[in-house]
Amino acid sequence: MVPKSAFIQSQPYLWEIPADFRPGMQVPLWLFADDQLLVEALGDQSIEQALNVASLPGVVGRVVVMPDVHQGYGMPIGGVMASALPNGIISPGAVGYDINCGVRLLSSAIELEAVHGLMAELAAALYNDCPSGVGTKGRYPLSVAELERVCREGARWALAHGLAEAQDLGRTEEDGCLEGAQPAEVSLRAKERGRPQLGTLGAGNHFLEVDVVEQVFNLTAGNAMGLREGCLVLQIHCGSRGFGHQVCTDFVQDLQSAVRRYHIELPDRELVCAPLESPEGQAYLGAMKAAANYAFANRQVLAHLARGSFERVLAGHVRNTHLRQVYDIAHNMAKVETHQIDGRPVKVCVHRKGATRAYGPGAREVPEEYRALGQPVLVPGSMGTASWVLLGTEASMALTFGSACHGAGRVMSRAQARREVRGDRLRGELERRGIQIRAGSLPGLAEEAPQAYKDVDQVVDVMQRAGLASKVARLRPVAVVKG
Amino acid sequence: MDDLSASWPSGVEEIEHTADWAMRVSAPNASELFRRAAMGLYHLAGMRLSAPPRHERRLRLTGVDWESLLVAWLNELLFLQEHEHMAYDEIQILAIDREVLEADLRGGRVTAWTRDIKAVTFHNLRVEEDAAGWRATIVFDV
Repeated sequence: MVPKSAFIQSQPYLWEIPADFRPGMQVPLWLFADDQLLVEALGDQSIEQALNVASLPGVVGRVVVMPDVHQGYGMPIGGVMASALPNGIISPGAVGYDINCGVRLLSSAIELEAVHGLMAELAAALYNDCPSGVGTKGRYPLSVAELERVCREGARWALAHGLAEAQDLGRTEEDGCLEGAQPAEVSLRAKERGRPQLGTLGAGNHFLEVDVVEQVFNLTAGNAMGLREGCLVLQIHCGSRGFGHQVCTDFVQDLQSAVRRYHIELPDRELVCAPLESPEGQAYLGAMKAAANYAFANRQVLAHLARGSFERVLAGHVRNTHLRQVYDIAHNMAKVETHQIDGRPVKVCVHRKGATRAYGPGAREVPEEYRALGQPVLVPGSMGTASWVLLGTEASMALTFGSACHGAGRVMSRAQARREVRGDRLRGELERRGIQIRAGSLPGLAEEAPQAYKDVDQVVDVMQRAGLASKVARLRPVAVVKG
Repeated sequence: MDDLSASWPSGVEEIEHTADWAMRVSAPNASELFRRAAMGLYHLAGMRLSAPPRHERRLRLTGVDWESLLVAWLNELLFLQEHEHMAYDEIQILAIDREVLEADLRGGRVTAWTRDIKAVTFHNLRVEEDAAGWRATIVFDV
């Protein structure tokens, strides 16, 4: 385990382990945290994993660790790494099994006060209309050929099939589609897993959540996003389902022999990798993009289904039931971007795992309607706790490759959560607090208990105080749907 | 109906892991290690099998070493469960070394399961052999 004494506190919320801490490290590690979150980060293998990442070929700048970090496979969840072209690597383990797991936020003019008595019915409708849970199939089964179209087109596929509004795409990271996806690099096995699952939520920590906007901190940004205090919003948290999982599984296995061919010594087999510009690296990148586009389409379809639920339940009770897309972001992804490193622009492959892009004001990648403000950053809390909407900043561009945290990382194992929490009691407690729960599995609900996660308010405070993001709005849950 | 979720199989125990699920498998030899790991996977996923008819198949898998072979084996069983809704409670390992596994499987249709397992990982995975037998600790992404 890495001791606290390994860190140098270079700023109030920035803790650094220098690159000479351990042989093989090429860059320092930067952890953004307060004292308590630093101690929590040292409580599992997160920092050890981040140090391993710092020794990968071609890694540049620094390895960034976010305040909500917890251990993962290869790279910790809440980690950011950049490798420079041409010799830098790309690693499936630094992206994650759930490629483009991410969050979509939609806002409304629906006042909670006007529809409070309908929240149980709305939760039931969302549970019924948006397929969730183990083994569930979606409403839009695909042939292999159609799935490959989804892989190439992402959310555009959904628009072409009447499952999106035109403005949704511009309010999605990468306009809902990474160009250059290569479905030919995806195994038939992954395609078979993905064919029946488009438009499904899955299980585990994925959810739909209806929140009320509790407080708006930045009125200009709130207005631009349609966030109004007292009004409802909807969050959708899910990813590429079995399709993306299989892509990662396939490449983690296939690249085990590639590292031998390229003479790459791995500190951790889950960091298996290949040079980005090698055939193997390009194959993974192409397949990863295909899975990312599947996830963009998946969240788009779920948004369409949820819009139907809102309209059906709330029509006649409020004048306007429309859900307006605010933004959709990925928190497991690798992308080729250009960042300033040592004063010069460098083309790098940025891997964000349990971390989101958070570009600052003026970035051309940010939709025009938000460009002067910065990119929206969506930070869902654990079930029953607050969630946050933030903005990316110029400081995040300088310090973290334009990245921010993604949520509230786990502090308790799933096994411990199931021992200590009863799902039915948890559901009762949340409902007494006014939060409607629809869950396919009570043990699964227990695993997601709020006490199993870090304090999201604390995580967001660190992000703001470190200058990496600024607060726009705090959201409070009123209904949660889980598989 | 066969309930593979009823209890942990012999030689398999659950261990703590922050974000996902993990199990430690012990066995007198490699064949039994792989068989018990499969049963542990099914137990973790909470699988139930239908009554007969039974189904048989033969598998042949390859890896670059024991660890990658074990990951390939368990990921194969996961795929068969998710995609074909089949699980196999009778496993006969016909041949096994660090790079190749051949097995005859007999089982049935999965009627229910309680946990979606995304993947079998290499996290902290070592297949170890000593005088006490064979061991492996396997972490699953759920």
